[in-house]
Amino acid sequence: MNKVVKNAEEAIKGISDNMTIMFGGFGLCGIPENVINILATTSIKGIICISNNCGVDDFGLGKLLKNKQIRKMIASYVGENSEFERQLLSGEIEVDLIPQGTLAERIRAGGAGIPAFYVPAGYGTEVAIGKEAREYNGKMHILEHGLTADYAVVKAWKGDTQGNLIYKYTASNFNNMMATAGKITIAEVEELVPAGSLDPNFIHTPGVFVQRIFQGVNYEKRIEQITVTKPN
Amino acid sequence: MALDKNQIAKRIAQELKDGYYVNLGIGIPTLVANYVPEGIEVTLQSENGLLGIGPFPHPDKVDADLINAGKQTVTYVDGASFFDSATSFGMIRGGHIDLTILGAFEVSEEGDIASWKVPGKLVKGMGGAMDLVAAAKNIIVAMQHTNKGASKILKQCTLPLTGVKCVKKVVTDLAVLDITPQGFKLIERAPGVTVQEIIAATEGKLIVEGDIPEMNI
Repeated sequence: MNKVVKNAEEAIKGISDNMTIMFGGFGLCGIPENVINILATTSIKGIICISNNCGVDDFGLGKLLKNKQIRKMIASYVGENSEFERQLLSGEIEVDLIPQGTLAERIRAGGAGIPAFYVPAGYGTEVAIGKEAREYNGKMHILEHGLTADYAVVKAWKGDTQGNLIYKYTASNFNNMMATAGKITIAEVEELVPAGSLDPNFIHTPGVFVQRIFQGVNYEKRIEQITVTKPN
Repeated sequence: MALDKNQIAKRIAQELKDGYYVNLGIGIPTLVANYVPEGIEVTLQSENGLLGIGPFPHPDKVDADLINAGKQTVTYVDGASFFDSATSFGMIRGGHIDLTILGAFEVSEEGDIASWKVPGKLVKGMGGAMDLVAAAKNIIVAMQHTNKGASKILKQCTLPLTGVKCVKKVVTDLAVLDITPQGFKLIERAPGVTVQEIIAATEGKLIVEGDIPEMNI
């Protein structure tokens, strides 16, 4: 068994037009920069993209957006991106907006083999239109479905050759669930180490969920809003 | 005088109780963290996977991997923990978060809230707002009472809803209102603002009983 691939180029083998792909990250935090950058150099198009957000104009998924490689966006929040706005208003892109917790749980459920479940979020709003509603414990809930993808692309801090992953700070976000929900999961990590180097007590994503792993290069790790406390 | 944003935040901070786990929305709610009363310990939750938000970092400690739900760089306090988004919303949906404070465009007398979409304008998405209002045990809304003279405290919301029958309390620049089965109940008024002014600025059913005290800001 060898899960280690050389680089992003080798990792994306098999990705073709019209596939459903999950990308980890919250805003620009914890996004798989290497894979996104390499996809932006290909002619792959028609992507159905599942990601909490859609990058910014010239970085992250914003690059695929600019190239018109994304056909449909499934997300909870797509602000901070004027190109997205333009494509949405001109009808060039479809969007499915989903409450963030429901999106997270749909991915978790998809990876865990749960086809559907009930949540209260969105009941009584336009999110509930066309969905089965049911009362549990005196409160109304709506039926939501698990999500999976042809490929899931995640970014971790450390990973080993078995595909075990550890995330740093708030960069776990959607990565941890998405890793479980791809038919093929690609993990790019800042530091790739031999099996046995990571303490098994502190693994976030067990290696079984990961099919391909590589050590990324040249991480920019752009920050959307730098907010600081002025030193005294 | 109507309250400014910081004063609204300061008044809401008086609702905090020791030991609370609190989720703060973007805008005025974020400011509440600056006014946690002396002797009270609250733990701030960030929906992107942090329990125990600390202050903004010193410039040399900024880390792209450590942000809040507003995508601002933050720090974490002793005893903090990090987790994924499904766990984060499990905390919220499961009723483990004691209080959610968020902004709104409109609130109705039944406790409905509209906060995410203005038809005709760009729709950016609801983010975590629908999950929060559908599940938190206690929801306080921080908002302006009116917009260009038009009341935002309504019989029925006119904008697309974020959630139904969920808001428990509203703190505006003019008043503190509880949402009761009978409608909005006036609890306090901003210093120098009269009950008549609040009645005039409120479209929804407003219950005024006895003397209404001024807020202690």
